[in-house]
Amino acid sequence: MENIESLLTQGIEAVEQATSTQDLDQVRVQYLGKKGHLTQLLKGLGQLSAEERPQAGARINEAKQALQAQLNIRKDALESEALNAKLAAETIDVTLPGRGQELGGLHPVTKTLERIEAFFAGIGYSVAEGPEIEDDYHNFEALNIPEHHPARAMHDTFYFNANTLLRTHTSPVQIRTMEEQKPPVRIICPGRVYRCDYDQTHSPMFHQVEGLLVDKNISFADLKGTLEQFLREFFEEDVKVRFRPSYFPFTEPSIEVDIDRGDGKPEGVRIRRYRPGRVHRLRLRHGRRAPGHAALRRQ
Amino acid sequence: MKFSEQWLRELVNPAIDSDALVAQITMAGLEVDEVVPVAGKFSGVVVGEILSAEPHPNADKLQVCKVSDGHEEFQVVCGAPNARAGLKTSFAKVGAVLPGDFKIKKAKLRQVESFGMLCAEDELGLSEDHGGIMELAADAPVGHCLRDYLGLNDQIVDVDLTPNRGDCLSITGLAREVGVLNKAKVRFVDAEPVEARIKDAFPVEVEDKAGCPRYVGRVIRGIDAGVQSPLWMVEKLRRAGIRSIDPVVDVTNYVMIELGQPMHAFDLNQLHGNIVVRPAGAREKLTLLDGQEVELTEGTLLIADEKGPLAMAGVMGGEHSGVTAETRDIFLESAFFAPLAIAGRARSYGLHTDSSHRFERGVDWQLQRKAIERATALLLEIVGGQPGPVTEVKSAEHLPAAATVRLRHARVNQLLAFEMPAIEIEEILERLGMRLSQVETGVWDVAVPSYRFDIDIEVDLIEELARVYGYNNLPVKTPTAELPFTPHQESRVETRQMRRHLIALGYQEAITYSFIEAGLQKQFDDQYEGVALANPISAEMAVMRTSLWPGLAKALQYNQNRQQDRVRLFETGQRFLTQDAELVQENVIAGLIAGSREPEGWTTGKAQKVDFYDLKGHVESLLSLGGAAEQFSFRAASHGALHPGQSAAIERDGKVIGYMGALHPSLVKSLDLDAPVFLFEISLEEVARGRLPRFSELSKFPESRRDLALIVDEKIAFEDLRQVAQKEGGEYLKSVRLFDVYQGQGIEAGRKSLAVGLTWQHPSRTLNDEEINGTIQAVVAALKSEFGATLRE
Repeated sequence: MENIESLLTQGIEAVEQATSTQDLDQVRVQYLGKKGHLTQLLKGLGQLSAEERPQAGARINEAKQALQAQLNIRKDALESEALNAKLAAETIDVTLPGRGQELGGLHPVTKTLERIEAFFAGIGYSVAEGPEIEDDYHNFEALNIPEHHPARAMHDTFYFNANTLLRTHTSPVQIRTMEEQKPPVRIICPGRVYRCDYDQTHSPMFHQVEGLLVDKNISFADLKGTLEQFLREFFEEDVKVRFRPSYFPFTEPSIEVDIDRGDGKPEGVRIRRYRPGRVHRLRLRHGRRAPGHAALRRQ
Repeated sequence: MKFSEQWLRELVNPAIDSDALVAQITMAGLEVDEVVPVAGKFSGVVVGEILSAEPHPNADKLQVCKVSDGHEEFQVVCGAPNARAGLKTSFAKVGAVLPGDFKIKKAKLRQVESFGMLCAEDELGLSEDHGGIMELAADAPVGHCLRDYLGLNDQIVDVDLTPNRGDCLSITGLAREVGVLNKAKVRFVDAEPVEARIKDAFPVEVEDKAGCPRYVGRVIRGIDAGVQSPLWMVEKLRRAGIRSIDPVVDVTNYVMIELGQPMHAFDLNQLHGNIVVRPAGAREKLTLLDGQEVELTEGTLLIADEKGPLAMAGVMGGEHSGVTAETRDIFLESAFFAPLAIAGRARSYGLHTDSSHRFERGVDWQLQRKAIERATALLLEIVGGQPGPVTEVKSAEHLPAAATVRLRHARVNQLLAFEMPAIEIEEILERLGMRLSQVETGVWDVAVPSYRFDIDIEVDLIEELARVYGYNNLPVKTPTAELPFTPHQESRVETRQMRRHLIALGYQEAITYSFIEAGLQKQFDDQYEGVALANPISAEMAVMRTSLWPGLAKALQYNQNRQQDRVRLFETGQRFLTQDAELVQENVIAGLIAGSREPEGWTTGKAQKVDFYDLKGHVESLLSLGGAAEQFSFRAASHGALHPGQSAAIERDGKVIGYMGALHPSLVKSLDLDAPVFLFEISLEEVARGRLPRFSELSKFPESRRDLALIVDEKIAFEDLRQVAQKEGGEYLKSVRLFDVYQGQGIEAGRKSLAVGLTWQHPSRTLNDEEINGTIQAVVAALKSEFGATLRE
C-alpha cells in the first residue's frame, strides 16, 4: 500500500507534464482507467485483511480524487490555452472597410421639402399635389390675376397655347383643393413650378411650398405665429423675423417675410424671402369667399 | 420708380434722416430697391466760365483755356472737344478733391501749366457720361459752389412698387404716403386754373368711351420750343430717371412724375380735322416717337385724326405729330384711359413706357384737369404762349365709380386679433384720404379717394390699417384649431418610403428638368410625342418629357464625363403623355444603374458590371414594399429606348405599369455612354398601391423540399415554367425557387439546365413522402408535356 503515495506523485507529475488534452487523456487512462494503476490497487484490496481494507480503500479513493482534481485543472488550462491559440490565429484586421453597398442620398430639395412637410404635418396639415401643366383659370384667373393684370408680367410664364401653361406657382393646388373640399382646410402644397427666366441666379424650374389654412376664427396673428415658429424650427435657431406689407392678387393682407440670421459677416445679414399672405377673394365653387388665410411660397 | 429725396422733402419733410425714411417706406410696403447718391463725393468744384480756348502748342487734342471763377482767371489745359469760349462748366480748382479721393494739383501738360480741371459728368459721379465737359446753363452763377448750384446733396431712391400701388407712381403719391406714416403735413402742388387768353380749341371725339372715359385737351399757341428747360426741372427729371428732351416734353414728363398723370403734347399744325379716340382698324400703321413703325393690332386704342393714327393711346406718341424745336402751337392731352384698354397692349408690341406703366395700374380718374392746368402754368413760364380754354370730353357712366366700402370694427379686431381703438381706425383712414361716415356704432361707410382704385372691399381697408399700424406691431399667436387626425392608409406606400428604399440600395436622388430637347425625347420614346412649349427658353428645354429616362441618362453622361463610373440614380416626378388627344400627367418613379455591381473594394476582386438582374432585384424589392409583390409580373417586351433582347414590361392585372431593361446600344452610342446601362420606370401610383397585411398562421410542421434539375429549350421563359410547377404542385407548395441556371458542357446546345427547389408545407400535419413523391411526379410530367422538359441525369 506504500505504493499509493508514490503512484499519486507519479500521476500528478504525469499530469503536469501533459501538453495536450490527448496526453492528459492517456494519463487518465494510465492511472484511473479500468486497468489503470490506481484502479488496479482497488482490485488488490481483496488481498487485505478485513480490518485493513476500509482504511486502504479510503486512501486509494482519496488518491484517485486528488489525481482527478489535478486532471481537471490541467484540462481546463490546456483547453483554454488551445482556445486562445485558436482565437489568436483567427484574428482579423477590423479596420478593413466593410463589404457591400454604399448608401445613396436624397436630393437637398427633397430633403428640405420633406422637412417642411414634417413640420406642418405635425400641426395637422396634409400634403396636396396637382398637375404641373395647368390651365389659365387655375393658375391665374381664379387667383385674381386676369389676363393683362400687371402681376402677370412678374410671372414669366411658359405657355403651350393661350389656355395651357406650366404652373408658375403651386397656388392652383389651393384652388383645386378648395373646389373639392369644404372648410376647414389645412394643406401644404409642395412641388415643381416654372418661370421663363434663366441665368446665374434663376432656374426656369424650381420648387415651392405653399400653405393654406381655411377655418373659422383665425387671424393675421395666427399667420404671423405660424410663420415665425416655422422659420425658427426650420433654421433651428432664433432667427429674427420681419413682416413687410406686400401685394399678391390672391392674398390680403399680403406679407413678405424677411429673416436675419446675423451670420457674423460685417456686411451682415442674409435675407431670404418668403411670400405669404391671406387668401382672399377666392371664389369657391359654391360662390362664397374663402374665409381663409394662407400661403407660404418659397421664392 | 426712381425719385429725388430732395424733391419729396419739398412736399413733406418729416424730422427723420434718409435711412430712417427709406426703412419706413419699405416697411409700409413700398419696397426700396436702392438708394444712390446723386453725385460722387467731391469738394472744391465751382461753376466756371471759359473765357477763351486756344489750341495747345504741343498737342493736337488739347486746348489751353482761360477760365474764370468770378474773381480770378486761371489757365487750364483741357482735352474735351466741347471746351469753348463762353461755355459755363464745372471747374475743379487747385485743392479740389474729386470722387476717389483724387486731389487736383497744379500740373504741367506738354510744357503748359494747368491750374485745375474742367470736369465731365462721370468725373463727378453724376452719370456715366464722358462725352465732354459739363455744359451748364448760360445763367449759371460763375464762382458758385457746384454742389449747391445743382443741389447735389441729394439721393435717388428707387422704390419697387407692387402693381396695386399705382397711386404711388408720383412724388405727390409718395409724399401722401410719407405724410400718413409720419402724421406730417403735406404741401400738395397747387394747380390754379390758368385762364384762357385765346378762344382756340381743337375738336375731340371719343368713339371708345369705355376705353377713354375722359379726354381733357387744350390748345396753346405761340410758344418758343427752342428754349432750354430750367435746370431745376432737368435735374429733378434726371433723378427720376428721365432724360431732358425739349421743354414741352420735359413739362409733360415733369407733371407725370409730380402728379402721376401721363400727358402728351401734339404739334397742333400737324393735326387735321379733329381728334378721334378709337380702336385701330385692320392693318393700320403708326411710326412711333422712337422711330419704329408698327403695324397696329385691330382694337388697339388710338388717338387719330382725319388722316390716320397719331398716337398709341396711353403708350407712346407718334413721330409725325410730336413736338419739335420749331413747333409754335401745341395741343395738350390729359386723358384717363381705362386700365383694361391699356393693359397688355404695350407688352404685345414689346413696349413698356412710363405712361403705359401708369395707365395699366390705374391713374387717378379725377386728376386730368389739375394736370393740364399744372402743365399749362409750367409751359407758360418756360416756353410762353397763349392758352386756349380747357376742353373735356367725358362719359360719366364709363368713369370708375367712387367706391364706398363698409367697414366693421368687429371684423378689424377679429382679423388682426386685437382691439384697435375706433379713434385710431378713423385717424389712419382719414390720413389716407378716406372719408368716414358712421352708420352705427362700430360700422362705417368709407368713401375711398379716386386715386385708391385698389380698394374696393373691406379686407382692403383692413390691410391698410395693418400696414399703417405696422405689421410688426400686430400681435402674434399660435393657431388653435380642432385637431382631426390626418388620414394615413396602411395599404399605401409613401413616396418617402420608396426613396429611402432606393437610397439603401445605393441610389442617389436626382431632380432633372421636366422639359428636354425634342430630339432626345424622340430618341427615347417612339410611342408618345412630347408636348412642345410655345416659348421655350432654349432648344434644350423645349418639350415636356414623356419619360424620366432622358434626364437620368443625361445625368449619367455628366457623371461619366467626370470619372464617376459607378452610378445609381433615381427620380420621382411627372411625365406628360398625350393619350387620345388628352393630356395625362402621371407621377412615375424611375431609376438607372451603370458601372460595377459593388463599389470598388478589397473584397470584390475584379469588379463585375451590373446586369439586368441587378436592376430587376431592385425593382422587385421596390414592388414588394406594398406587400403585394405577387400582383406584379415581368414579360419580355420591346421598348424604343431599350435593348430588344433585354427589356421587360412590368405588368399588374394585365396592364403595363412600367418598363425596365438595358439602354439600347444605339442610345448608348449616341449619348457616348459607357455600357452597360439599365433603367426602370414605373407608375408611382402602382408602387404606392399596396395591400393591407392579413394574418395567416405559421405552420408548426416541417417543410419538405425536393430539388429538380430540368433541361429545357433555352428559349423557354422560366416564369412560364414556374407557373405550371406552381399549379401542379398543389396548394401546399410554398415556394418554387430557382437556384441555378446552366448551359455548357454536359448540356446539349440550344438547351439549358434549370435547378429548382420546391418546398411544401402543410398547415396542420406532416406531409409524408408518398404524397410529395406523387406531387413531384405530376409536376415533372406536366413540365415534360408543356415544355419538353427532361430531368438531368
